[in-house]
Amino acid sequence: MEMETETQSQFQIDLGNLMAFDPLHNFPSPPSSREELVNECLKKGTELVQAISDTLFNLPSTEDVDGPLVKLPPPATRLPREKPLPKPKPPTKWELFAKARGIKNRKKDKIVYDEQTGTWKRRYGYDHANDEDKVPIIDAKITDEPGEDPFAKRRADKKKKIEKQEKNRSQNLKEAAKVGALPSHVQLAATALPITGSQAVPKKFSKEELGNVAGMAATSTASGGKFDKKLPGEKPAKHKGKYRKFLPVVEGKGMVSQEREQTEKVLNKLFSKNSHEMLNVNKAVNMYNVKKEKKWKNKEGKSSPSSSKLKPNKTLKKKSLNKGSSKKGKAK
Amino acid sequence: MLKVKTPKTGKARRELDKRAPKLVETGKKTLILHGTKTSGVLNSVLTQIYHITKENALRFSRKNEDVRPFESGGEASLEFFSLKTDCSMFVYGSHSKKRPDNLVIGRTYDHHIYDLVEVGVENFKPLESFSYDKKLAPKAGSKPFIAFIGEGFDSVEELKHLKEVLLDLFRGEVVENLNLAGVDRAYVCTAVSLNRVFFTHCALQLKRSGTIVPRMELVEVGPSMDFVVRRHRLPNEGLRREAMKTTRDKPKKKEKNVSKDVIEGKIGKVYIPDQKVGEMALPNKAKGVKRERREAKLRHGDGNEYASKKQKEDSE
Repeated sequence: MEMETETQSQFQIDLGNLMAFDPLHNFPSPPSSREELVNECLKKGTELVQAISDTLFNLPSTEDVDGPLVKLPPPATRLPREKPLPKPKPPTKWELFAKARGIKNRKKDKIVYDEQTGTWKRRYGYDHANDEDKVPIIDAKITDEPGEDPFAKRRADKKKKIEKQEKNRSQNLKEAAKVGALPSHVQLAATALPITGSQAVPKKFSKEELGNVAGMAATSTASGGKFDKKLPGEKPAKHKGKYRKFLPVVEGKGMVSQEREQTEKVLNKLFSKNSHEMLNVNKAVNMYNVKKEKKWKNKEGKSSPSSSKLKPNKTLKKKSLNKGSSKKGKAK
Repeated sequence: MLKVKTPKTGKARRELDKRAPKLVETGKKTLILHGTKTSGVLNSVLTQIYHITKENALRFSRKNEDVRPFESGGEASLEFFSLKTDCSMFVYGSHSKKRPDNLVIGRTYDHHIYDLVEVGVENFKPLESFSYDKKLAPKAGSKPFIAFIGEGFDSVEELKHLKEVLLDLFRGEVVENLNLAGVDRAYVCTAVSLNRVFFTHCALQLKRSGTIVPRMELVEVGPSMDFVVRRHRLPNEGLRREAMKTTRDKPKKKEKNVSKDVIEGKIGKVYIPDQKVGEMALPNKAKGVKRERREAKLRHGDGNEYASKKQKEDSE
């Protein structure tokens, strides 16, 4: 809004903001002293404020207890908003259905007559009218099955209704959240996925486990993670370097040669992997004979009073042929 | 599976509703904070700005280290504070050798940085140094008059931006009805040169004049300082367009207790609470009405009335 005052300067006045702007004022450069500058500014400021109040006080005012009230026009200068415009809520499933069918919302009374007790009770809430749970006798219908408990059935139906309503509500909220029009007091939070579903609950790692992960990965490096760059604040690895065991230089008396054992172990492993076809005949025969002897022993020992049921199940474990044959190289 | 979280207390629900985006927005809140190093001048500048915008401002008293508004990574802290305190404007003060007494005034949109203006403060005169009649002191929270003088505000980019930001910072709430008896402050911003703005806060004195319009007089009360514009960052065009969007339609206000009748026309319902005549408080307890006095009079009779009065005068 622009206003012309008696002096020819035009001010831009924004009544809604109580703001005035003088775009034509120019300071004769340079402004002399600080005080003069201040005075000049105050003078000009007074002019501007006077101009605003000229229009302001001439607005139609209503008398109030504290003073004259004036209705301000909306501000002229547009300033940016602080939050985005709220998006309109998408209609819920029921709202769509009601609109399609032409169902109007009827105002309901707070107090309803209860047939059972013959009094007036509230429509919903604690001790409400026409409560289905409080019916003492339920007449049997022809369609009822003989073994069914109608009271339990009613309770189960009610629970199902509540669940269905909850599901519908969360569906409606999800739809609103998709558009971005969630009501301000509602937050949708993702909880854990159900275990009896497509995915199991994701494992929760503890703080120590996460701390050890870097150390575990370090074992894959050639130097066992000794020279890996560490992030600032990362704790030193629990086991630095590689696991190495050196055999003692001097062996004690009676100890089997450890070096020999070491190499044997390695060889056995190698052979066992590659020698599944070889059969150690001696070993197989020995095993068979031992088994037979044990059988004879059992037969003789059956005169003992204990029943077979009480005895622990004896399952003879056969040594795998592979393992037996691994000694083939050595035996020969 | 999504769980619906709703606040359990009414207070929490009301707070969330206050922070929700609205069609027509109420006043913006300002966050005043400072960085690692501040000078004495800057400290008092920040406190005094906090004083004059007391109603809708928050002041952080601790130093905040990683706030660097003009750098791309340094805005995260500010956005977080804006989100948590629901403040859409901030004033960040810092002091360094390169930029002494630095103030960064910024606005946020949807809790992301919208625009920034960096000014240096010079020639600061605090509140205390002004002497004036205390009766004139403006009341807290009153709607101010804002005056901008100087063609620099129209021609120079930075000054235009600064004008907009200062208007946003100081205008307070947008109100429809204003009480004319309550206008008592004015901010005067003068573009002294191409990059310097003289800012001062004055109290208004309404003097009697012949007409309805009173004569205005400005008395400097508040802090006054020079703003030297250093840097500024305008919002990018898309963001600006989005932030300036307004809806044409006003929210429909339902008129309560009013109904239309075909025969009688517009009918209004007026609800009056029950009047408890016996319990009403009388405005002034007239001495003669008191029961004891009445009874005393009845007992002694009317004849003695004069006598008792005379006695009183004598005892004086």
